[in-house]
Amino acid sequence: MQAQVSESPWRFDHYFVPLVIVLGLLAALFEAAWSHDPRMVAQAWIFGACMAITGAWYLWMYVGRTPKDESQPYADDVVRAGVIASMFWGIAGMLVGVIIALQLSFPHLFYLPDQAWTNFGRLRPLHTSAVIFAFGGNVLIATSFYVVQRTCRARLWGGSLSWLVFWGYNAFIVLAGTGYLLGISQSREYAEPEWYADIWLTIVWVCYLLVFMGTLWKRREPHIYVANWFYLAFIITIAILHIVNNLAVPVSLLETQSYSLFSGVQDALTQWWYGHNAVAFYLTVPFLAIMYYFIPKRAERPVYSYRLSILHFWSLTFIYIWAGPHHLLYTALPDWAQTLGMTFSIILWMPSWGGMINGMMTLSGAWDKLRTDPVLRMMVVSVAFYGMATFEGPVMSIKAVNALSHYTNWTVGHVHSGALGWVAYISFGAIYCLVPWLWKKKLYSNAMVEWHFWLSALGIVLYITSMWVAGIMQGLMWRAYNDFGFLEYAFVEVVEAMHPYYIIRALGGLLFLAGTLLMAFNLWKTIRSGSPAAAPAPAPVPAVEAA
Amino acid sequence: MIMHNWAYEDVLAFAKSWSSVYFMMLFAVVLVWAYWPRNRARFQDAARIPLKDEDA
Repeated sequence: MQAQVSESPWRFDHYFVPLVIVLGLLAALFEAAWSHDPRMVAQAWIFGACMAITGAWYLWMYVGRTPKDESQPYADDVVRAGVIASMFWGIAGMLVGVIIALQLSFPHLFYLPDQAWTNFGRLRPLHTSAVIFAFGGNVLIATSFYVVQRTCRARLWGGSLSWLVFWGYNAFIVLAGTGYLLGISQSREYAEPEWYADIWLTIVWVCYLLVFMGTLWKRREPHIYVANWFYLAFIITIAILHIVNNLAVPVSLLETQSYSLFSGVQDALTQWWYGHNAVAFYLTVPFLAIMYYFIPKRAERPVYSYRLSILHFWSLTFIYIWAGPHHLLYTALPDWAQTLGMTFSIILWMPSWGGMINGMMTLSGAWDKLRTDPVLRMMVVSVAFYGMATFEGPVMSIKAVNALSHYTNWTVGHVHSGALGWVAYISFGAIYCLVPWLWKKKLYSNAMVEWHFWLSALGIVLYITSMWVAGIMQGLMWRAYNDFGFLEYAFVEVVEAMHPYYIIRALGGLLFLAGTLLMAFNLWKTIRSGSPAAAPAPAPVPAVEAA
Repeated sequence: MIMHNWAYEDVLAFAKSWSSVYFMMLFAVVLVWAYWPRNRARFQDAARIPLKDEDA
């Protein structure tokens, strides 16, 4: 490995990566110079700054020298960078979540009519994108780079290309986030960034696919471990979803605004085909990859049933793609398509629970570890939340239930039991594993992990129970009629009734954020001053195995 | 155009019939492959891949 890297005289990435950075910089300068749209000019300068930083970093790392990391068997520096970025965006995204929860509870608290960027309408996509794409995305890029190298026993393909993925993806995040604050949005849920940001993400994503596939291609392990299947399905499907959902015509190359290629109900279905599959292939499939690698690794035992994991993979990917229409029940969408979406959502319950059981039962014979290892407990609890959310989802997709739940806070609660309980918890678990492994240090404080676990668990419980109550109440109040056939409640009465639950929700979010801050502090202390790990963190394979 | 001037009903009929057959068959193939007795040892080895690497 080592010889290969240092001896090869010509490497495509030494030309390709600077080329992409320079083209990005030129595009930014072009927009900044010629656009009359002040928001586009602002975006151009921001993106130009991102490219300048990336370029400066590249010059510093690669001109006249070879980074030390390149002589290592595995490219771990880019994983370390991803872990740090994950924690940064996690805190930022959860903080904005708490702010908007407070805005809903106390509308006057952050009401600044002169400061449009503080408006709920702009901060809400900032929150969702920051936690899903910035926090979740960096976790996924970092863990996928870590896992694919270990399970293929091969260094990342493409040299500095993986760094372009890291910097380029985070530049997209900055572009998207600042765009929302400026009031730029194409109003497609979970796909708010406008056309220019979408094009940039497509370039970065193709590089990501190349790095991942290239690493699989040169693997030294004959079998491709199941976690990599999940990661690959995530990368490919997200590429397809992203491109189709963002097919749009810009008003001009110098303006931020664009118009979708689809119209009417086709547009709505395209959005929710994308939207639900973003939940599927962004928030579920790759996090299952984390489950399939990190839980066995941490528990020091192989996954409960590898054959079940194959079944889990194929049935999940086949069925998930059809569930999107359940977001459009009782709309102009053809009735058969609504029924299709509902039916597939219900069928989806089975593969989801198959996967959940597979993850949980990996601990069979080692349940005592849940008592002693808070990191493993966090990951197993996340799988339990995965089971809960994937049961609740099919229930809510049933037309009769959806008639009550849709457009209410029940949906918000459901999303957060998945997002906080499943996605964030499995990510926290993976990061708690990764930091000591990557920096070769002992975790600074286990007690702090315990505090993080219980604080955030309480936060999740407060969040989802308050939203259940608020949501069901909201749905029932909306559909209540009096004896004369008039609506029983005015809209504002429903809002008033939800006030206490909004406060409980904000408190839950605050506890969750507090846990994350504690985690960041713990990891910071681990990296800066933790004691060196005595032995390689997990012992290879336990000698004695419970039968 | 892309659909060779298929009417909505044609697409619907195709989706309802042939894709169901296609997906059922694919699922059956996966099921047989995963649980074929001769593949058992292979998958048991594969399950140990994360535990094989001592570096972490």
